[in-house]
Amino acid sequence: MSLIDSVSLPRNFRLPRVDGLVQWIVPLGIIAIWQVASITGFVPARVLPAPSDVALAGWKLLLSGELVRNIWVSFWRASIGFLIGGSIGFAFGLANGLSQLSAKLTDTTLQMVRNVPHLALIPLVILWFGIDESAKLFLVALGVFFPIYLNTLHGIRTVDPQLIEMGRIYGMRDGELFRRVIFPGALPSIFVGIRFALGIMWLTLIVAETIAASSGLGYMAMQAREFMLIDVVVLSILIYALLGKIADSASRVLERATLSWHPAFQKR
Amino acid sequence: MQTALRTSVPETELASRANSAPHARVAREERPLHVSGLSLNIRGLRKSFGDNEVLRGIDLHIPAGQFVAIVGKSGCGKSTLLRLIAGLEKIDAGSISFGDEVQAEDIRVMFQEPRLLPWARVLSNVEVGLGRDRASDDAQLRAEKALTEVGLVNKRDQWPSVLSGGQKQRVALARALVSRPRVLAFDEPLGALDALTRISMQRLLERVWRDQGFTAILVTHDVSEAVTLADRVLVIEDGRIAQDVTVNVPRPRERRSVDLADLEGSILRALLSGDERI
Repeated sequence: MSLIDSVSLPRNFRLPRVDGLVQWIVPLGIIAIWQVASITGFVPARVLPAPSDVALAGWKLLLSGELVRNIWVSFWRASIGFLIGGSIGFAFGLANGLSQLSAKLTDTTLQMVRNVPHLALIPLVILWFGIDESAKLFLVALGVFFPIYLNTLHGIRTVDPQLIEMGRIYGMRDGELFRRVIFPGALPSIFVGIRFALGIMWLTLIVAETIAASSGLGYMAMQAREFMLIDVVVLSILIYALLGKIADSASRVLERATLSWHPAFQKR
Repeated sequence: MQTALRTSVPETELASRANSAPHARVAREERPLHVSGLSLNIRGLRKSFGDNEVLRGIDLHIPAGQFVAIVGKSGCGKSTLLRLIAGLEKIDAGSISFGDEVQAEDIRVMFQEPRLLPWARVLSNVEVGLGRDRASDDAQLRAEKALTEVGLVNKRDQWPSVLSGGQKQRVALARALVSRPRVLAFDEPLGALDALTRISMQRLLERVWRDQGFTAILVTHDVSEAVTLADRVLVIEDGRIAQDVTVNVPRPRERRSVDLADLEGSILRALLSGDERI
């Protein structure tokens, strides 16, 4: 956060209206170059179709309703998996951060499980759940669990002990101490966990849907590959990028709203 | 007693206004306007951390409303004494008793660090100081009053991160004052401030002490600060009270006056004499 602070532009060097657009210059530039390269034949359409072709494929799929359905299915899996894994991770993070006993009981186990790449469980998960919804939800939840667990735990453990002593001196009981001191103090770290988790969420879902699914964006991409519809493959990849960006922006908005006290988020 | 104190708030406000015309109150500068403080009785107080015996039998009586400074070399146990008085550490042996029944809100501590909650606005930080009264209806009003006393009411809606070091410490003072404590313990509250801010903070401390009449216990390493502010300076050496010096200089005191300088010199000599022997 301090890094963001130190590299941000000087105060008077700010173009508020353009600010939101600046970040899109590079992605749009890449698409423009790509389009030119495709039209001139520098990049053959068998390798990479032109952006206009991809857009056309997207339009057709949109009209047929297939695109919306698949995006919706993937989005639903991602968010439900995230909610389940995130809540469990958050709960364990809280419990182990606040209680020595709970930490002693579960932390070692969790640290061991953490070192197993959760995607290595795919064969097992398919055997357990088949290619059902629950298989995808399980994998996403498992992937999301650890970043949120670790960062919540870290956030709670690193709350300034002087502030906790202050809270006790001023007569805060456990509940109030948590609400006023510990939770707000852990929040920046929790958000780091959430953003890590969002990345892992998409990654897991893509892999899971590519290997074992009968709907969703990953399934759409795999089907397209079977029929050599390379424009649809590229389309799915672009949509993943876009969805990832949306998830990240959403967490940023939330972060700005809840961490407005933090010097890194203050507009002066 | 608590309720009686709280209804007396307007009087203290008057007093702080009267303060802007110093000549009007020269005659009674010696003592606080009204004593709300508690007297303190310490008998045979001992405290060790592991094998290290920090306090080796402290006997001390502090009359209600007195301003006591505790000085000593680092590691002499002065901060430990303060933390014991404030109830932040457990007593090994001996006793500390107050002249009256005490509630948690009667004793407040101010540390070297402001310890403000960075995620709470200035006003809510002050409200924290109300203790169990945080939820009461007049909490905000009382917090505003305390902020007015330290001259920061215009910063009520700011985040602590935008305040200067001195301003943060003033907010911490307002937080300590808002519950109208009867004993206020200062653990080097000005230690981290620059020289100019220190002087204005010293004046502020003296003013609120006179206005509110609490018993003040100031731990400091700065002997000149101790003699400027306190009625009485205790020198702690090797876990015992080595000297108990009364500062008989009328208030308002002039910084760097001859009397204070003499006193400061003699205390410093006593503090340093041990070093020469080594």
